[in-house]
Order: sequence, then C-alpha cells, then structure tokens
Amino acid sequence: MEKAKTFQDIILTLQQYWSEQGCMLMQAYDTEKGAGTMSPYTFLRAIGPEPWNAAYVEPSRRPADGRYGKNPNRLYQHHQFQVVMKPSPENIQELYLKSLEALGIDPLKHDIRFVEDNWENPSLGCAGLGWEVWLDGMEVTQFTYFQQVGGLEVDSVTSELTYGLERLASYIQDVDDVYEIEWAPGVKYGEIFKQPEYEHSAYSFDHSDTAFLFSQFSAFEKEALAQIENNLAHPAYDYVLKCSHAFNLLDARGAVSATDRPDYLKRIRYMARLIAKSFLSERAKLSFPLLDESEAGQWIEKYGKKEEK
Amino acid sequence: MSHSFLLEIGLEEMPAKGLQSVMNELEKRIGNHFTENSLSFETIQAFSTPRRLAVYVTGLDEGQADRTESVKGPAKRIAVDDEGNWTKAAIGFTKGQKASLEDSVFKEVKGEDYLFVSKHIPGKSAGEVVKELTPKLSSLPFAVSMKWGNHPYRYIRPVHWLVALLDDTVVDLSLFDVTASNESRGHRFLGNAVTLSHADDYQTALEKEWVIADRARRQDLIKEQITDLCETNSWKNPLDNQSLLEEVTDLVEYPTAFYGSFDEAFLSVPESVLETAMADHQRYFPVRRDNDTAEFLPYFIAVRNGNDQAIEQVRKGNEKVLSARLADAAFFYDEDKKVSIDAFVEKLKYVSFHEKIGSLFDKQVRLTNIAQLIAPYFEQAELNADAIERAGMMAKFDLVTQTVNEFTSLQGEIAGIFARERNESDQIADALAEQYLPKSMEGPLPQTALGAVLSLSDKLDSLLSFFAVDMIPSGSNDPFALRRQAMGIVRIIEAFNLNLSIGQLIDAINEQTESIEQKAAIAQKKEVVIQFIKDRVDQYLSLEAGLDKDHDVRKAVLTSSQDDLNTVIETAKVLAEEKSASRFKAVVESLTRVSNLAAKADSETVLSSQLFETESEKTLYEAVLKMEALLENGLTVKEKWSVLADLHPLIDDFFESNMVMADNDAIRLNRLALLNRIDSVTSDFAQFNELVIK
Repeated sequence: MEKAKTFQDIILTLQQYWSEQGCMLMQAYDTEKGAGTMSPYTFLRAIGPEPWNAAYVEPSRRPADGRYGKNPNRLYQHHQFQVVMKPSPENIQELYLKSLEALGIDPLKHDIRFVEDNWENPSLGCAGLGWEVWLDGMEVTQFTYFQQVGGLEVDSVTSELTYGLERLASYIQDVDDVYEIEWAPGVKYGEIFKQPEYEHSAYSFDHSDTAFLFSQFSAFEKEALAQIENNLAHPAYDYVLKCSHAFNLLDARGAVSATDRPDYLKRIRYMARLIAKSFLSERAKLSFPLLDESEAGQWIEKYGKKEEK
Repeated sequence: MSHSFLLEIGLEEMPAKGLQSVMNELEKRIGNHFTENSLSFETIQAFSTPRRLAVYVTGLDEGQADRTESVKGPAKRIAVDDEGNWTKAAIGFTKGQKASLEDSVFKEVKGEDYLFVSKHIPGKSAGEVVKELTPKLSSLPFAVSMKWGNHPYRYIRPVHWLVALLDDTVVDLSLFDVTASNESRGHRFLGNAVTLSHADDYQTALEKEWVIADRARRQDLIKEQITDLCETNSWKNPLDNQSLLEEVTDLVEYPTAFYGSFDEAFLSVPESVLETAMADHQRYFPVRRDNDTAEFLPYFIAVRNGNDQAIEQVRKGNEKVLSARLADAAFFYDEDKKVSIDAFVEKLKYVSFHEKIGSLFDKQVRLTNIAQLIAPYFEQAELNADAIERAGMMAKFDLVTQTVNEFTSLQGEIAGIFARERNESDQIADALAEQYLPKSMEGPLPQTALGAVLSLSDKLDSLLSFFAVDMIPSGSNDPFALRRQAMGIVRIIEAFNLNLSIGQLIDAINEQTESIEQKAAIAQKKEVVIQFIKDRVDQYLSLEAGLDKDHDVRKAVLTSSQDDLNTVIETAKVLAEEKSASRFKAVVESLTRVSNLAAKADSETVLSSQLFETESEKTLYEAVLKMEALLENGLTVKEKWSVLADLHPLIDDFFESNMVMADNDAIRLNRLALLNRIDSVTSDFAQFNELVIK
C-alpha cells in the first residue's frame, strides 16, 4: 500500500493542484490572525469587482483553543489551506472534489457531503452562504460564497475554501492524535509544535500581562484609525489584525468581561468597515488594475461617483 | 391526446432545512400556472433531493380551448350614415379587430345600439403555456438566497441544469443563464449524466444513476434499512426522532444505512449530551436496547449518501469522528463535575445577559422576584417561597458550564442533570430542566408547576427588560425571539388555567423594581407589552383554538378591557360556540345598543330607583342587581355569557318602552347610568359591536 502523505506532502499537493487551476500561490501573511479569511489576500481582495484567484497556507492563532499541548484535537495554532476564487467559477464544487482526489481520497470509497453551514465573521462584517464539507462525518473544509465583506455587499462573489490541514492529515494518516501526524518523513507534528503549544497556552492563560495587552489594543486602534484617515488601507488593516490578536489574548486570559466583549468586537468591526470602503475607493482611483479595461469603466464610474457625494 | 410534463431544476446542494417546503411550493406554483391558464391535468407530483427540485405532471390538456370574444365598436348612429352605408368608423373598427362587417351585429347597450364583432381567440397549446413558467421559477421564495459568480440574480444555491420536457420534446425555457434540455445528472459520485427520452422516464432513469428522486420513497427506504438494523441487533427503533429523519432524508440522494460503535466508557456522559453530539452534530441516530430499560448502547446508526461500496471504511471514519467529539464532551462534563453550583452562580455576576440589561445574575434575581408574585396563582402548596427562591437563584447556572458552552441547545436540561447530581430535590431539578419550555411556537410545555413558574417568570422578565430598553421586535427583526417567548407565556397561562390580570402583575413587578429609570421605563411600556402579548393571544386563538375564521370574535375579546388572558381565551371559545345559537343575533344587538348608549353616560351619576318611570326600567334594574350578585360569587365564562344573554329580552323591553334620551336631564342620566351598569359588565367580556351578525 502506498505510504500516506505527510503534512508537507498534503500542502505541496494542494499547492500544485490549485496553481494548475489558475490560483496564484501566495505566502502566509506576516501578521498574527485567527483565520485565513483575515489575511488581506482574502479580506481585502474579496471587496470590489476585481478578479482574484489565490491559494496559501495560513497559520491561524486562536489563543482560547490552546490546551497546553495536551488535547489531541485542539490547538493554539492550526494551519489552514486557503483557496479563494473570484468570481466564483461555475465548477468550483467539482474543482474542490478533484483536489480531494489529488490527495488520494476516492469519493466512491468515502461519504462526502455538502452540509449547509452559513458563515459569519461579525468582527469583520463578513457573511457568506455555503457548506461544511463532510468526509465520512468529519468536517474537513469550510466552503463559502461571500455575500458581504467589511459590511459591503459584494460586487463579485468570492468562493472561499478553507481546508483544516490538521484534520485532513489526521484522517489521511489515520492517527487519532494531532501530535502523531507526520509533518515530514521522520518528524512528527508534536516534535515541532508541542513545545510552542505548551508555551503559548501558558502565556495566553497564565502569564500574559493584561495591562500591557490592553494598552496595546488601544495603541493599535489609535494607529489604525489614524492611518484610515490617511487612506492607507493596508497599514491600517495590519493594525486591525493586531488589535484582533491582542483582544483574543485578553479574551483567553479571561480579562474581558462579558459586558465589554461586544464593545471590543464593535470597535474592530467599525475599523474593518472603514478600511473596506477605503480599499475600494483606492482601487477605483487605480482604475481597478486587475480588471480588463473594457469592464473597469462601469465600476470606476460607480465608485468614482460615490466618492463625490 | 394528453401530455406529460417534467421540470427539473439542478442545483448545488441545498440546505436540508426547508427543502421540503420549497419542493411543495414549486409543485403549487406549477399546478396553479396550469389552472390559471385553464389547462387541466390528472396528477402532479413533486420530487426533491439535495441537488434537485422537480415536478412531474400527467394527463395535461393538449391546449386551451379556443374562445370567442364579443368586442364592442362604435354606436349605430356613427357606424352607419344617413344612406344606410357603413361609415369609415365602422370599417376601421372591424379592420382593427381583424373581423369582417358581414359577421358584425348590433346589440343594445343602455338604450343605444352598438356595433359588435365576435373575435375568435385561438387557445394556447400546452407547449406555449409551459414556456411561460420562467418567472414562477425564478421568483421561488427561499428563507435565504445567495448571489454567485458575477451574476445579478439570487437563488437558494447556484443553478446548474434545467430539464423541461413535454412528453419527449424539450421546452424552450430558461432559468437565469441556464437553458432547458433533456440532460439531467445522476448521483454526484456514483452516477452519470442522464439523457431523458421522455418525461415519463424520469424516476426510473434517475434510479439507474443512483438517485431516488421521490422523497417519500427515499424516506421509506431509510426507515426500512434502519428498522432492519434494529431488528437484527435487538435495538429500539429510533425513528421516533422525526425531525432527524426528515433532515437525513434531505441530505442524501441514495441512502445506505449502517451502524458504528464507540467506546463504552463514554456512556458515563449524560444521555442528552451523547444524544445531541450524535443527532444534532453528526446526524446519527443514537441506539438503545429494545427492552423496558431502553438503556443507551455504545452504537449509532448513520445514513450514507451512496451505496455500500467500501462501507467499512466509511464506518471507520465516522467512528473516529464521533469518538473525538465524545472525548470532547466527556472532557467538558468531567471538568464541570469539579465545580459546585454556588461557584457557577458566582460566575453569573460577571456574564452579561445583554449589555443594556445587565448580568445573568441580575436576571436570576429579577426572575425570582417575579416567580414569587406568580406562584400564588397556581394555588399549590408545594410552591413555597423557599423552593422558588432556591430554583430561581440557580436557574441560569448551567450557562457558564463548559458542557452548555459546547452544547448550547441543552441549556436548562443540563442545569436539571447537574442539580440532581449535586443532590438538589427532584422538584428543583425538574423545574430547572423545564425553564425554557416551550422552545418553539408549538413545542412541549413545562409539566411541573415550578417549571411553569420559572418559565413564565423568565419570559415575562425578558419581555419587560427588552421593551424597557426599547429593543422591541419589528417586522422580521426579533433577535431575542420575544414573540416566541410571549407565545410561551400565553400557552402556559392557558394550560395551567391561571387567572391573572397581566396588567396588575406588571404593576406588582414594577412595585419591586428598585431602579427609578427602570420603573419609569416599564411603566411607560406597560401597555405596549400587554398589546404585544395580546397579539400572541390572537395568534393562539387562530392557530391553536381553531378560531382562524372567527376574526370578529377574536377582535371582540381582544379589544375588551379584560387582561386576564385565560378568560380572554375562554370567552373567545364561548362566543365562537354560541354564534350558531338562535338568540345570538338578538343578544349581540341588544348588548351593542347598550354599549353604544352607555358611552354617553356620565360616570358621576348615581343610579336612583326613585327616578324610574316605567315597569321595564324597574325589571331591568332588578335583573342587573341579580346579575351583579351572581358575579360577586364568581361565574364561569359560560355562565357569565348566559346571564348576559338572559338580559336581552329585558333590555329590548326597556328600549321599547323608554325614551333613553329623554328631555328631562335627571331621567336621561339615570337611564344612561342603568345602561352603564350593564356595560361595565360586558366591556370586560367583549366589545359586542365588533361581532359580525348575520
């Protein structure tokens, strides 16, 4: 029997496959974030009429999910393989299923289902419709057609596929414990990540300096708002991501009271909305360079006019 | 020759929830389309799978019958000139109607002769009628719809193919950018493309490609397969979980049921947690032994979308997933076990119920106070103040447990289980478990009195709290399900036969409210809250009490001054029943007349029997006194009706023999005062002028 794919083989296979489908291979974005959706390669690029096809691995930090490296299923940081195609191709479902076949998953030997799951990220003002994809009852991918991003109704629908790589790998390698996954030949996931998982959990739950983190949140927020004023969407967005991570750390530490919680999320959402608008008008000023010229005209008119108001 | 017609819309996987109603709506629309177009048919059947919606019609008329229509032209004096020749006007008219003057006739309309031609209108063929279906398809209503690609339109999910066949001919029809053909598709993995040579082949052709399109048949297959598994293994049949069966039916195109197992050690986790993990999260049927104990067994039944190929591997995969989920559940449950109820309750102080309303702990305090006010209406000794205090002041503790955090639908139920494990009485544990009932408009109600007290108090508190901060449901916007909660209040009051004035209760609650702002806000919103609850009474009467057609009865009782909801409901039932009685009309007319005149009465007037001039006044007055005495002792709604109804001959005599609006002020006011005495009894019974009498 063929040897099961290592974690890195799975990444390589998906990269190879999606690049063949016309996706640009981007790299993980260098600011902490809770999900691949929050990368500017998804969040910002889903805004406006321009096409965008990209695939990348996104290490995603969720401090509250940390378990000191002791839980076989929950992690402070997991890895998502993110594919975004905009406008959503007519055959996106078939493309996705072929990617599973590329990973050696024969649909005739499994039970693959698309089960309704409408997705929402209130802190970024995002909402979409779609499914969780089940592989023999396990959710291996979140499949979403974006309908709203940064509070704006989308002009062109992005289809987003988010593979949970750890889940997929534990299934493919048939292991019950995430730390038993083989990352590269001879090296196990636990050998790489058990220590950082422990340390980040200990930091998030027991040692983080909450006063420091609160002051960081405020400082990042202030800087983000200032750069929004300057119409610098990208740097402003980086600071929003930093706010979000600082908030997640505070939340994991139990430092945010339930009453204050919605207020923090509201502040993040407010900035995300402003950035979405700013990004769109800056792209309009650049004449939507990723669009064919013939198509760009109507959109420049639409968003140029809006600005004059 | 009649036709068969088939329409199939192929889509990406639709949500299981609501799929059945979408299918039924499509059937209705197509049926109506034919009926509106005067095409009759013999049968109509709808089909659905996650990837398709279809309707199959047989015995469809070949076409509409031709019609002749008579078209009115100019008047005779304009159509014919003095010499008796046709005028240009007449010639022009007939030409315009593509008719000839030879076929025209004169007919009289309102005393004048007009020129008429009869026009032959050929009926449309069935093919032409089906072509017009597009707007009926594209406007199908969905709970949620979406955009895709760069398209402007919205639908439940992206549309990929469309089949429209009239017998063996493709109908020229399209939906968005998809044009109809005779090409359908089989099962996503097992099947191939299907070319349909005739509308009649639909079911058999799809079945060959591993699709059971007939939803009812698919469900029967699932039932048979599950029943077989249960019989073989001596398991109790789990098919009483109807909603899970419905969902599973709408998750597969070709069902194959199989079972798997899990580690027995997980059986130490409460059954409701196991059940939720299996049924709600994984869509598995939990398994119990088929005997009196019906104990939980470490197995589950799942239904695969496909055949039994490599079923071992599918089973193994599902077992692995479930065991990870149950390990999580067991972990949370074990962690919670280490914490006392008091420690959980302490945490409630730091968790907000709603940012504008306060913490969960505050909510417990308020609901406990309300519960103490409501309990006496139950007239049950076991509802003592201590039990209410104990149950109320821990009611929300499970909301901070890890188990409920993971299995939110189990709120309340977990409180009950944990309370019992921590040696609280059965009375308290049962009440905690029932505090959220009913969970839906028609869901089961609390069975215990204490459970009903908690549920009523919790719901009433939520209504008052949200209304006080101006978070009032409007249109489809009801994020805290306040309508459902108000319906719960109505149903519990009715089921437990509680006679309480909702207005007085709100006053009493407000009496205890400490914050001055809150007090003012509740006082200000009191009437709005009462009206909001009364609107639910209206809905209850329509949907639950079978009074959907008795609009007048509902309005009559709901606009009365009565705010004891149980009495309002009972009154509506009595009036609806009495409607067919022979005296109903006369009674309603008498009492309406009384109410209309009573409006003119001066409430300061003291009725004086000295001022009576006629026998009928005295007789009526004596009857009123007698009625008032009877009411003092308490009457059922039905008795009250018959007392009021018995007054009607006396009232009629009174009107017959007295001029109410007499010139003499004292006499007039005295007569009005007498009518007012009757009206004060009828006005909290019903507004009689709202009743429609034939």
